[in-house]
Amino acid sequence: MAQMQSEVLSYSAPMRSTHSFTDKKHMHRYYILLGTLVLLGILSALGLLLYNNPVPVTSPSFIPVTRRRMISVVTMFIAAVCQSLATVSFQTATNNRIITPSLLGFEALYSAIHTSTIFFFGLQSLLEFKGVNAFIIQMIIMVGFSLILYGWLLSGKYGNMQLMLLVGVVLGTGLKSLSAFMRRLLNPSEFDILQARLFGSVNNADVDNFVVAIPLMLITASLLIINSKKLNLLSLGREVCINLGFNHRRGTIFILFLVSILMSISTALVGPLTFYGFLVATLSYQLAPTYDHRYIFPMSLALGFLILTSSYFIMYHVFNAQGVVSIIIELFGGMAFMALILRKGSL
Amino acid sequence: MLGKSKGAEISQPLISKKRKTFTGGFIIALISVAALAVLSLFTGVYDIGQEGGLEMFFITRIPRTLSLMLTGAAMSISGLVMQLMTQNRFVEPTTTGTIEWAGLGIVCVYAAFPRASLMMRTTGAILFSFVGTMVFFLFLRKVKLKSSLVVPIIGIMLGAIVSAISTFVGLMFDMTQSLETWFAGSFAPVERGRYEYLFVILIITLIVYILADRLTVAGLGEDIATNLGLNYSKIVLIGTALISLAVGIVASVIGNLPFLGLIVPNIVSMFRGDDVKSNLPWVSLFGMGIIILCDIISRTIIMPFEVPVSLILGTCGAAVFILLIMRQRRNGANAK
Repeated sequence: MAQMQSEVLSYSAPMRSTHSFTDKKHMHRYYILLGTLVLLGILSALGLLLYNNPVPVTSPSFIPVTRRRMISVVTMFIAAVCQSLATVSFQTATNNRIITPSLLGFEALYSAIHTSTIFFFGLQSLLEFKGVNAFIIQMIIMVGFSLILYGWLLSGKYGNMQLMLLVGVVLGTGLKSLSAFMRRLLNPSEFDILQARLFGSVNNADVDNFVVAIPLMLITASLLIINSKKLNLLSLGREVCINLGFNHRRGTIFILFLVSILMSISTALVGPLTFYGFLVATLSYQLAPTYDHRYIFPMSLALGFLILTSSYFIMYHVFNAQGVVSIIIELFGGMAFMALILRKGSL
Repeated sequence: MLGKSKGAEISQPLISKKRKTFTGGFIIALISVAALAVLSLFTGVYDIGQEGGLEMFFITRIPRTLSLMLTGAAMSISGLVMQLMTQNRFVEPTTTGTIEWAGLGIVCVYAAFPRASLMMRTTGAILFSFVGTMVFFLFLRKVKLKSSLVVPIIGIMLGAIVSAISTFVGLMFDMTQSLETWFAGSFAPVERGRYEYLFVILIITLIVYILADRLTVAGLGEDIATNLGLNYSKIVLIGTALISLAVGIVASVIGNLPFLGLIVPNIVSMFRGDDVKSNLPWVSLFGMGIIILCDIISRTIIMPFEVPVSLILGTCGAAVFILLIMRQRRNGANAK
């Protein structure tokens, strides 16, 4: 793809084109694809809401019945926005298209926070650690953690992206062990409550948290979209950025900060989704043949929503296999990951 | 890759400065490990002084301590061999997905034969970890890497995919719970009649000792190794087979033991350099010592119950791993 692009670029160099797409044909194709994906996404969402619904739309009890389904569709939307925007921005800021933010130990940190709450302060405080306040505290800890990690590892003379990733991955493994260790020391009733709390999924999201999650998500997401041009700049690499008078490190840390907010929202609401973001981002690069984040973002959003809703729809109503959806997505994402590395041939 | 130590090894003629294994320090280490083993023998809820105590001692305590020692040696040696063959300090069964493959093997065996014997499980684990390690090595050969730090990242992601498959199979056959129990490796169920497979590790250790130099040469890459008169693919195959055998046996008998193979060889080479042959006894001994210590902690921390030793290893191991990475970061910067 890149090769083709550069060929076209060098060919058309005298024309001094500054459009986001190499030619009009690509642009039309992009819009058609985007439209189709949005339409399909809406259709799947409607399908999830209406298909097999025992109550007719005209009945007064339709709304309460659909409410439950509505919540899971909204949750899917939030997860799609958070994961796809965060992954695309993260990959741009770290200048790689392989590694995703969920590798940095966010899920492990999430369960470590909850486990240590019950471990150090007892059951009562975990029961009180609920609702909007708890959600905010949790977000602050998670964002703070990632800021410390990014700031510490990216700054200084030896600042190094691969180092940060490896430390993040290992830290995630360690935190997982630590919280499993603390869980072993709990008594069974405490463990039960904790288990229920940690088991996040699209069907199990806490509606109370929407009050905070949705506005926060909207603010962060729009900040990222507004900064699309900065992201375009960041994707050119450190040297070019500095040459153009852009503070590369501050820009990177700012983007990573926004990414960590989105990831925290997603993890706190639906639990771990390791390869989903990767799948969405990789496919969006294929479907949107441009460097410009103003076009990549919408595509990844539409794609992310479509993947979630359609796979849930198919698994629920066609195969009647609930519960395996996330694993299937993970599996496909993982396969895509391996295939991409092998095809690229370098990392 | 620690460029420094590798360079040092090449520049010195090895024969003239062969390091001795059995120094005074080794005897001290030997005595401390023996002391730990004795301590481990006498740790536990059951009072072995009482009637039937001696019998209990032979049924559980001795098998447990023996299996601890064998497993510690096995995991550290497989880590060492992997690091040799890839010339990468951060490679070991948990950072290459080998352990996850072994888990997948066990799950598949359970899925096919619900009443699988230990022998069948072990075979499944060995076969799958062989395939998995080969996949990883193929991956490393196919993909050009910009930094040695990327290798463990790929391995961990590979492991994540494999464990997603295991979870899927587990869900299909209703075995997620046993999968979870397996993943928290523990020595609690070890007793007479259930651990004897671990003795194969003695043979593996011996073979690794004999092949040590050849494995080192193989680690220099296919071209150099062939140039030096080594059948490269054969030695890689043998090395992989040895690793898979060790990991597969440990995985089916004990479970997942993270980071042991990473920490031990690294610490040993920190104060002894990189001569594999003379380091091997140290690595085995160190592995035994660390795992016995962790096991004693896991047994005493919530007496009369116990915690799976893998959790303690995972927590401490991650901390040590990060320290090692940071140390390399500083070293690497100095070298520049």
